[in-house]
Amino acid sequence: MFEHYLNIFITTVFIENIALSVFLGMCTFIAISKKIDAAFGLGVAVIVVCLITVPLNNLIYNLVLKEGALSWVGLPNVNLEFVGLISYIGVIAAAVQILEMFLDKFVPALYNALGVFLPLITVNCAILGASLFMIEKDLKFGESVVYGLGAGVGWAMAIVVLAGIREKLKYSDIPDGLQGLGMTFIIVGLMSFGFMSFGGISL
Amino acid sequence: MKVKQYKDVLSKPLIEENPITLQILGICSALAVTSNLSVTLVMCVALTSVVSFSNLFISLIRNYIPSSVRIIVQMTIIASLVIVVDELLKAYDYETSKKLSVFVGLIITNCIVMGRAEAFAMKEKPFISFLDGLGNGLGYSVILIAVAVVRELFGAGTLMGYEIFSLVSNGGWYPANNLLLLPPSSFILIGLMIWGIREYKKDQIEPNEFKLSGHATAPDLRKKEANV
Repeated sequence: MFEHYLNIFITTVFIENIALSVFLGMCTFIAISKKIDAAFGLGVAVIVVCLITVPLNNLIYNLVLKEGALSWVGLPNVNLEFVGLISYIGVIAAAVQILEMFLDKFVPALYNALGVFLPLITVNCAILGASLFMIEKDLKFGESVVYGLGAGVGWAMAIVVLAGIREKLKYSDIPDGLQGLGMTFIIVGLMSFGFMSFGGISL
Repeated sequence: MKVKQYKDVLSKPLIEENPITLQILGICSALAVTSNLSVTLVMCVALTSVVSFSNLFISLIRNYIPSSVRIIVQMTIIASLVIVVDELLKAYDYETSKKLSVFVGLIITNCIVMGRAEAFAMKEKPFISFLDGLGNGLGYSVILIAVAVVRELFGAGTLMGYEIFSLVSNGGWYPANNLLLLPPSSFILIGLMIWGIREYKKDQIEPNEFKLSGHATAPDLRKKEANV
C-alpha cells in the first residue's frame, strides 16, 4: 500500500510535474520567479492549498456530483457532473479565503509571509488543474491526498529552481529584446526539455 | 471620436498590448494545445467567446457588485460561461473536446479572462468592454495560431491534418522535426516571438537591472605585455 502511494507521489513530482510537463500555473510561474524568497513563499502556499483542495474536491465529486453518487440521500439517478467546474472553483475560492482568515488569526507569522500570495492562488490554474486531473484519473480519497501533495511539491520545486536560475542570469549579457520575459520563456523551455528525460522512467 | 476609441480597444491587443507577449496572461493553454492547428482553432474560439461575454456581463452588473466579493461574483459568471462552452463542445465536437481534456475547464482560471474583467469591465460601459474582450481574445488567438502553424507544419508536415510537405517516411522529401511536436518547444517559439516583437517595438524592452562594465582593463593589459 505504502509503495503505491510513494509511486503516485514520485510520478506527480517528477514525471508529470504540474509546471514543467503539463504547463499549469504558468502566469504566476513566470511573473513571480524573479527572486528566490518570493518564489519559495508562493511555492509553500501552493503546496498547502493543493493539499487541502484536491482531497476536498475528491469528496465532493464522489459524494455529490458523480453519477449515482447521491444514492445515499435516495436520489440514485441524478448526475450533477455538469456543475463540476463551478463547484470546484467555488471550493478553491472558499478554501483560500478560510485559510487566509485562519492564518491571520492563529499563525500571524506565516500569514505575513504568505499573505500577499494567497489571493493570487485562487486564479492559479495549477490548483484547479490538479483537481481536474484528479477527477480525470479517477483517484480514491487516499490517493488524492498524495496526488495533491505531489502536485504542490512539484510546482514549488520548479518555481524555486527557475528563480535560482533567473537570479544568476542577472549578470549575463542578453540581447535587449530578449531581456526579461523572452529569456525566461526560453529557459523554461530548456528546463522542461530536461524534465522530459524523467518520462522514460517506469516505476 | 467614439469610433476611433472602439477601433483602438479592438486592435491594440493584437500586437502592441498583446495579452501573451506583453501582459504575461493566459500562457498555460498557449503551450499545451498548440501541437495541432484545428484543436488550437477550437480553443481560440472558446476562449474568445468566454472573454468577450464575461466582459459584457460583468460590465452590465458592475455597479451592483460589492467590491469585497467581486472575485467570487466574477468567478461565478466566468465559470457558468465556461460550462456552457464545455457542454456545447461535448455535444457537437466530442473528439476535439477529448483532445483538449482539462484545458477547456481551465479557461476559468485563464488570467486573460480574470485580468480583463478586473482591469477593464469593472470600469467601462458594456459595449466597449465586449470589444475589449474580443480584442484580447483575438490577440491571444494570433499568438496561438502562429505557434500552432509553426509546430504542425514543421513538426508533422501537415496543416489542419492536410499534408503540405511530403514526409520522408511517405517517400517525400521532408524529414519531420519531431522536436517541435514536444510541448517544451512552444516555450522557445514564444520566447523567440517576443524577441521579434520587441526588436520591432523598442518601447516594450525591459530595462536591464545590472549593467556589465565594459572591458576597461583591456588597454592596460596590452601596455603590460608591451613592457614585458
